[in-house]
Amino acid sequence: MSGDHVNAPESAPELLPLSPTSLPPPGAPLAHFVSQAPFDAHEAEALSPEQEKFYLASQLRLMWVKFKRHRLALVSGVFLAVMYASIVICEFLAPYNYQTRDTEFIRAPPQAIHLFHEGKFVGPFVYGYAYRLNMDNLKREYTPDKQKVYPIRFLCRGDGYYFWGLVPGDLHLACPAKAGVLFLLGTDRLGRDMLSRLIYGARISLTIGLIGVSISFLLGIAIGGLAGYYGGVFDLLTQRAIEIVQSLPHIPIWLALAAIMPASWSPILVYFGITVILGLMDWTGLARAVRSKLLSLREEDYVLAAQLMGAGTVRVVGRHLIPGFLSHLIASATITIPTMILGETALSFLGLGLRPPITSWGVILNEAQNINVVALYPWLMLPVVPVVLVILAFNFFGDGLRDAADPYN
Amino acid sequence: MLRYIIRRVLIMVPTLVVTSMLIFTLIQLPPGDYFETYVAEMQAQGERADLSRVAFLKKEYGFDKPPVERYLRWVGGFFVGDYGYSFEYQLPVSEVVGDRLYLTVLVSFATILFTWAVAFPIGIYSATHQYSWGDYGLTFLGLIGIAIPHFLLALVFMYFANVWFGLSIGGLMDPQYFNQPLSWAKVGSILHHLWIPVIIIGAGGTGSMIRAVRANLLDELQKQYVTTARAKGLSPFKTLMKYPFRMSLNFFISDIGSVLPSVVSGAELVAIVLSLQTTGPLLIRALQAQDMYLAGSFLMFLALLTVIGVLISDIALAFLDPRIRLQGASTK
Repeated sequence: MSGDHVNAPESAPELLPLSPTSLPPPGAPLAHFVSQAPFDAHEAEALSPEQEKFYLASQLRLMWVKFKRHRLALVSGVFLAVMYASIVICEFLAPYNYQTRDTEFIRAPPQAIHLFHEGKFVGPFVYGYAYRLNMDNLKREYTPDKQKVYPIRFLCRGDGYYFWGLVPGDLHLACPAKAGVLFLLGTDRLGRDMLSRLIYGARISLTIGLIGVSISFLLGIAIGGLAGYYGGVFDLLTQRAIEIVQSLPHIPIWLALAAIMPASWSPILVYFGITVILGLMDWTGLARAVRSKLLSLREEDYVLAAQLMGAGTVRVVGRHLIPGFLSHLIASATITIPTMILGETALSFLGLGLRPPITSWGVILNEAQNINVVALYPWLMLPVVPVVLVILAFNFFGDGLRDAADPYN
Repeated sequence: MLRYIIRRVLIMVPTLVVTSMLIFTLIQLPPGDYFETYVAEMQAQGERADLSRVAFLKKEYGFDKPPVERYLRWVGGFFVGDYGYSFEYQLPVSEVVGDRLYLTVLVSFATILFTWAVAFPIGIYSATHQYSWGDYGLTFLGLIGIAIPHFLLALVFMYFANVWFGLSIGGLMDPQYFNQPLSWAKVGSILHHLWIPVIIIGAGGTGSMIRAVRANLLDELQKQYVTTARAKGLSPFKTLMKYPFRMSLNFFISDIGSVLPSVVSGAELVAIVLSLQTTGPLLIRALQAQDMYLAGSFLMFLALLTVIGVLISDIALAFLDPRIRLQGASTK
């Protein structure tokens, strides 16, 4: 900017229609000047390309520009995208099938990845275990055995699985050496590989939040939308209903609802049941937000215009009102996904959530709930790391989305 | 104002009636009842359940009658101070809950004080130093408190409290004080154990409170009256405390509605892990064992507290904030 000011006096004479030498003598009239450029009445409104990019950008584009400025939210978004992408191919990513048991390695500690064996480069490999039963406390003790070198194989054939429960396959991204083992995060009390269970668990834990939020989202928009638009008795009833649902403490109600599900249900049905339960208790906040937004927006002139043109309730609410703050709603819904994920771990902790063989992070953590684990087998608590990371990421991502979706900011 | 309060109180009545029906249905829904579970458990242990006693209790509590009648009996009992009978403890509900209520209230109040004491200074600092490293660090710390499942945090804390400070594992006091009359030594022991549950239960609440204080204060700090106050030469601290901070407290008052029931129920899961003698584990256990009167009456108690809490916060807000209109009708 300051450069322009410096240049201004020098370039100013060039803008004059006549060269400085042809200035008329003092007192004589100034030569008449007529610009030959075509007249453009909209010149003042014309936008430079940069301005055009900003002023004519769509709502989505503006949000994207704003969102990109929030670095942490962007990183979180990418992290979540990677996590969700991984659940599509978790059979391929996990080195073992999540149900494969190796009874020789019960609660074996995590193996470290090495590159050099006795000064020689071997590529990524792990040392095998030396096993000893401690006769004093009957604890199985596994120590790295420097004699056993198990190079990790990549893109290899390993445990068989059914891809999404349908297509049989046995291709893995990484497998243990032939006749070797690969327990990067250790094994649990049945000798199952923790890393593989974590990768499979992500599929359940991450989708449970999404499905639950979708349910509460639909309920919230429908109920809150109608209450806010109609007002009156319907609004009063809805308000009381929301108050009632909110006055019930969450965990006991989850418990009571989870106890209703018949024991004969298949684990998949239980999974859907749990998502519905989580969603049923969560819609109230969203319904309130929708209602209060609608209460103020329905007074706007464009609503009156739509009504005068004969639009019905559903059209006014669905076509004119909701889109106005949908992005804001989505952002707030994103922030409630962590509650769902934590709710599932809480239910599983009480033994009322998902049941094996379905594996979620909550189910895995359920096995880490006694003090022995903290003292003796701390790696069984590792599922808490992805839980914390995903919840943090959702929080940052949701914050970024909300800031980006706020048109007044 | 008086009319508003009366109307709000009257509205509570149908709310509570519907809530009681909902709770009754919810605890009835799971198949079977306490007696079936009890008889099956006794048989599994190779013992014979006293069937005549079971039959007597079933008759006494109207299990042979239709649900509507049982519901009316249950609700009717509330008005004469009869909250039903806990089958598992073989005591009236009020006696089962009574003992545990004191400890729960103690833990919860300590937790709330802890939350406020930590969250307000941090929230104010974060808002006034927005986007500084301190803001990022403290906000992050608060988020971690939200993100870690509390029952795991409780386990880890319990272990290290034992290893480093030699506290007995679990419980709110050293074992020798169980069922002892209140004494100074017992109080000391309780205070000694109190900080673990307070920190763990407070962790999540502190995190969300920090975020709320920060967000509300940030909204207020941008307003013009803050500029005015600064321009007339008020010291920054006084400016902050006198205007924007007070304004940002509204959310805090409207939060009372949810604070009140949590004072009584305590954090259930943490209490189970730490085996605290509070009401949370009692409620969970009652729900699992289908000890229906204990569970139902306690849930009803919590619902009542929530409704009262919401009422208090509504009235307080209406008093404190002149911008709140009492009649929310359309202006057109």
